[in-house]
Amino acid sequence: MNALADLPPWASVMTSLLVLVGSGLALVGSIGLVRFKTFYERVHAPTLGSTLGLFCILAASMLYFSMAQTRAVVHEILIGIFVTTTTPVTFLLLVQASVYRDRFEGSDPLAGLGEDRAVVKTLVPSSGIANGSTAPPGC
Amino acid sequence: MNAWLPFPVISAMLLGTWLLLNESWSAANVLFGSAVAVLGAWVLVRLDAPALILRRLWLALELGRRVAVDMARSNARVARLVLKDKRARTPGFVRIGLSVRSHYSLAVLACIITATPGTSWVAYEPVTNVLVIHVLDLVDDDDWGVIVLVRYEGILKEIFG
Repeated sequence: MNALADLPPWASVMTSLLVLVGSGLALVGSIGLVRFKTFYERVHAPTLGSTLGLFCILAASMLYFSMAQTRAVVHEILIGIFVTTTTPVTFLLLVQASVYRDRFEGSDPLAGLGEDRAVVKTLVPSSGIANGSTAPPGC
Repeated sequence: MNAWLPFPVISAMLLGTWLLLNESWSAANVLFGSAVAVLGAWVLVRLDAPALILRRLWLALELGRRVAVDMARSNARVARLVLKDKRARTPGFVRIGLSVRSHYSLAVLACIITATPGTSWVAYEPVTNVLVIHVLDLVDDDDWGVIVLVRYEGILKEIFG
């Protein structure tokens, strides 16, 4: 079962490092999901796991299976391409739904933007009270 | 661009995907893959997809390099923000007037903005060609519009026309 021990030392060290960094990034993303207070900030946190975290895990998988099977295993690249091209669709739908609901409730988050104003800063709630309009129902 | 192969580039990509999935170059796989590639392109015709013309394909390598650098950098930045004191950031929305209009450029731009943590695509108005993104931390009043335009818009325009 311990096939990692059969690999040359540099390959097992590299594989372990990549898996650790990848899962570490996913963990930090999940912590961010809990710590950030508004919906629009929370959207950013899980992308840690779906970008660099994902690529680290995929690189580890490619390295491990290529060394273990003594032939290049590269179809993990496809996972990277599919995830990278499909996450924007999900995120766009989520953010659009949130903007729609905020507008419906009379607090348009994009209200200040216009020809003359390119940046609108939103304040970070300093207390633990989350913005009621952006918290999911039942939370 | 002809009746049999309306999207040659996309057909080639589909065939490549098929061969990569099967990890084999056997005649049967090439044959099946070609069938998938041709049929897939016809589906796009039925969907009224705009023609895909790639110019200066070698620039895609430079684009990939920039995305990789930005992705690593913004991953580190967001990870630091998550673990740091939560009041030390200024999130906000940024409005960017684009000049690219090609569907493929916009699709790639959406992937890039999503693939760099700390920025997310919020809205796009096709009439005014204005893009709104959300930025997790507007550091030092960086001009995000200029960053996106300078780093990505020009190169996308050169690749997709």
